[in-house]
Amino acid sequence: MSDGHDHDHPHEPITSDGEPAAAARARALEALLVEKGIVTREDVRRGIDWLVSRSPADGARLVARAWVDPDFKSRLLADARDAALELGLDPGPSPVVEALENTESVHNLVVCTLCSCYPRALLGPPPAWYKSLPYRSRAVSDPRGVLHEFGVDLDDDVELRVHDSTADIRYLVVPRRPAGTDSLTEDELAALVTRDAMIGVAQPEAPVAA
Amino acid sequence: MTFRAGQRVRVSPRAHRGHHRTPGYIKGKVGTVERVHGTFTNPETRSYGGDGLPEEALYLVGFEQGMVWPDYDRRDRIFVDVFEHWLEEAE
Amino acid sequence: MERAVHDRGGWPSDARIDRTEHQLEDWEVLTDALVGALGSNGVMNVDELRRGIESMPPQAYETASYYERWLYSAETILTEKGVLEPGELERRSAA
Repeated sequence: MSDGHDHDHPHEPITSDGEPAAAARARALEALLVEKGIVTREDVRRGIDWLVSRSPADGARLVARAWVDPDFKSRLLADARDAALELGLDPGPSPVVEALENTESVHNLVVCTLCSCYPRALLGPPPAWYKSLPYRSRAVSDPRGVLHEFGVDLDDDVELRVHDSTADIRYLVVPRRPAGTDSLTEDELAALVTRDAMIGVAQPEAPVAA
Repeated sequence: MTFRAGQRVRVSPRAHRGHHRTPGYIKGKVGTVERVHGTFTNPETRSYGGDGLPEEALYLVGFEQGMVWPDYDRRDRIFVDVFEHWLEEAE
Repeated sequence: MERAVHDRGGWPSDARIDRTEHQLEDWEVLTDALVGALGSNGVMNVDELRRGIESMPPQAYETASYYERWLYSAETILTEKGVLEPGELERRSAA
């Protein structure tokens, strides 16, 4: 198969019963590792449970709290890992989590050009596009073009800062609080904060009046 | 920590066979230390069965996009986490 | 300067970013959890996982799906460590 485009979506060989060959390989790997006493089924179960429990809701709580509480925002920007723990959230295994604040003069965008490093504990699994070859390539060399594809166009006087997560630090963007949200509760504010906004490819918007 | 915030540094242009976390697009480029992150295990040894010790200083280094890409004409920046042994002092 | 295939920053690309959402398949979640368990149990760390991924032949790297790369890496590293016999995973997958 050579259709000449970047293969960023799954192309696993399909076996006769319709499932990818990789699925059989994953199950075989589990069986072998359990049989050899390398891992237990409980280890695997625990890992699956943790992964499926992750979502952007935790990250959104951090952002919403920062929007309403300036002292918390200061703590979040100083040490996002500790700030997450303060709210009873799981910051994940990374030793350092950093929150990057968007302002009227700075917009942040996060990428991992070398693989897919991402604050999964606070945002859930990364979207496929974040792990894709075009994003990993262009987020650093053409970030304004990437943002334009996502529907975000920054003014010329806004500095766009791209963070390439090459080490153990995990980055999370604190987007700007949209105008017209003064009357919202913290929970209502959190509902405006999307995964994409915390990566830096979207900006939260005030809810449309019913 | 050899380098400090505000210091100009150059990323070594050397080729490196084997696992390392310094991306090619900044090799040979000059940037400014934004922050000292602290010390972390060395992925270049830990990836081959070592324990990654001793920990090594890791820096947040900012690069002007116009210095990294030939046609980039805005004052945007790219920030990369770079280990000390990839950095040298720049003029 | 020559770049390894995983070192994508600035790699020439005209491709639009495909923003289709993909729910993880069960086998992908399983793969993730297996690698996590290997890490927690001190058998294979994340740096080794990355090294294994980076050792893929370039064309295989570019055409494999994300978790297919993880499986490749786990098989490579675990075989290197003698946890798996060469070809053992292949034989078991076909069984």
